[in-house]
Amino acid sequence: MTDFSQAFGVAFQLLIRGDDALYEIIFLSLRVSLTATLIACVIGLPLGAALATLSFRGKWLLTVVTNTLMGMPPVVLGLILYMALSNAGPFGWLQLLYTPGAMILAQTLLIIPIVTALTRQIIDDNWLDYREQLHSLCVPRFAAIQTLLWDTRASLLTVAMAGFARAISEVGAVIVVGGNINHLTRVMTTAIALETSKGELALALALGMVLLLISLMINASVLSAKGHTSR
Amino acid sequence: MNTTATPARRNVQLPLQVRALSYQVQGRQLLSPLNLSIDSTGISIMLGPNGAGKSLLLRLLHGLLKPDSGSILWNQQSIGELSVRMQQSMVFQKPVLLRRSVAANIDYVLKLRNKASTQRRDELLHSAGLADKSAQPARSLSGGEQQRLAIARALATSPAVLFLDEPTASLDPEATSHIEHQVHQAARAGIKVIMVTHDLSQARRLAHDVIFMSYGTIAEHSSAGLFFSNPASVAGKTWLSSYLQPSQTNSPSHD
Ligand SMILES: Nc1ncnc2c1ncn2[C@@H]1O[C@H](COP(=O)(O)OP(=O)(O)OP(=O)(O)O)[C@@H](O)[C@H]1O
Ligand SMILES: [Mg+2]
Repeated sequence: MTDFSQAFGVAFQLLIRGDDALYEIIFLSLRVSLTATLIACVIGLPLGAALATLSFRGKWLLTVVTNTLMGMPPVVLGLILYMALSNAGPFGWLQLLYTPGAMILAQTLLIIPIVTALTRQIIDDNWLDYREQLHSLCVPRFAAIQTLLWDTRASLLTVAMAGFARAISEVGAVIVVGGNINHLTRVMTTAIALETSKGELALALALGMVLLLISLMINASVLSAKGHTSR
Repeated sequence: MNTTATPARRNVQLPLQVRALSYQVQGRQLLSPLNLSIDSTGISIMLGPNGAGKSLLLRLLHGLLKPDSGSILWNQQSIGELSVRMQQSMVFQKPVLLRRSVAANIDYVLKLRNKASTQRRDELLHSAGLADKSAQPARSLSGGEQQRLAIARALATSPAVLFLDEPTASLDPEATSHIEHQVHQAARAGIKVIMVTHDLSQARRLAHDVIFMSYGTIAEHSSAGLFFSNPASVAGKTWLSSYLQPSQTNSPSHD
């Protein structure tokens, strides 16, 4: 109990004091996870829409695989990426290991399945309705996909938020490929893990509260923006 | 009926010709082989009981479904041709409006045909009686307004043929007469209208010819005058008399 009240105090102090080290960590967290979310959406939204609306060989298998990959443990993905990016690995020449780039890559790969699978479901539900109408208007398939993505934008925003939430909260992948290096690859979750292992529970908990607070602010601003887009 | 039209007239008028059309789903014959030819102008009304195959036939004529056998020729061209389908519009029994504003629903279609024009859009909205609702989300319109928008959107492609599947089902008399007015206007502008309805008085007001369907086939195709005074088919006679008996519950209340 004392840890909790202490944690509130520490969190409050950290934010008020404007601790440089803390802000560095917050900004890196946001940079990595927002970039990963953006890239994952650019890839996952059209992919999910294509899975819902096109018919091709292997579609069923691809859908099952995508849905399964939603449950990929971050640490396993981190491990695979570590092996690929280490000097001995096939992509060692990229020199990405232990850089924010590697962390962005890891989180992007982690959430592409989430964005793709949820988008596929949403577009699929709407496609039942829209299909005949768009066919009747002779809308080309590619334009039909664009139309569906735009018309379901309110739901897809929630999909993006789900992807972002998964990215900003995961620790397993970024700690393996980023290495939690101070001033370079330390983000909120890896800092929390570190402080916990050092026994600094109040500080760890305080960082956790700050992380939730940031998520809260982002969700609140997205939700109020969503209120303004007409349905 | 129109088999009596002279060949010369047919070449000018370019009608619809359906030969030995059939359609089945999982071995169930939903439409049995049927023939049909229709003029390229005027209003053809499709009548018949629930499940007779009216909506199916409309979908086939519009090329949304592929028949199992037989041919559908518009203008002597197969409905499979994109250029033929581009000249047609359909308003579905349950219209699907885009999740956008009323105006954006029209703009979408105009842009699709490379004919984007705010002036044309405003004209269409005006004739649909929706000019003052152009900024409203389309799905927040009332049922009757949604039908009117769906028709305006269908007209935005400047079609030669307009299919309407029960456009006035569940509308009040005023909304119904507004839509009938739109249909009349379209027909006067030279658009071929093929419309399904269960409203007998509406059929009398609009029909030039009647296609009567029963059990997945066309029981008869007659001029309106003939059908309403003396239907040739037994099915048509039975159906009409069920409407005319005042005790029947399916008689339209505002008849
Ligand atoms: N995809 C399908 N699979 C199986 N049966 C179908 C399918 N589509 C239509 N049917 C059946 O075909 C028959 C004709 O359907 P259709 O929708 O054309 O009827 P309708 O004449 O338009 O009736 P209503 O007046 O109720 O609109 C119905 O019995 C329907 O259940
Ligand atoms: Mg029907």
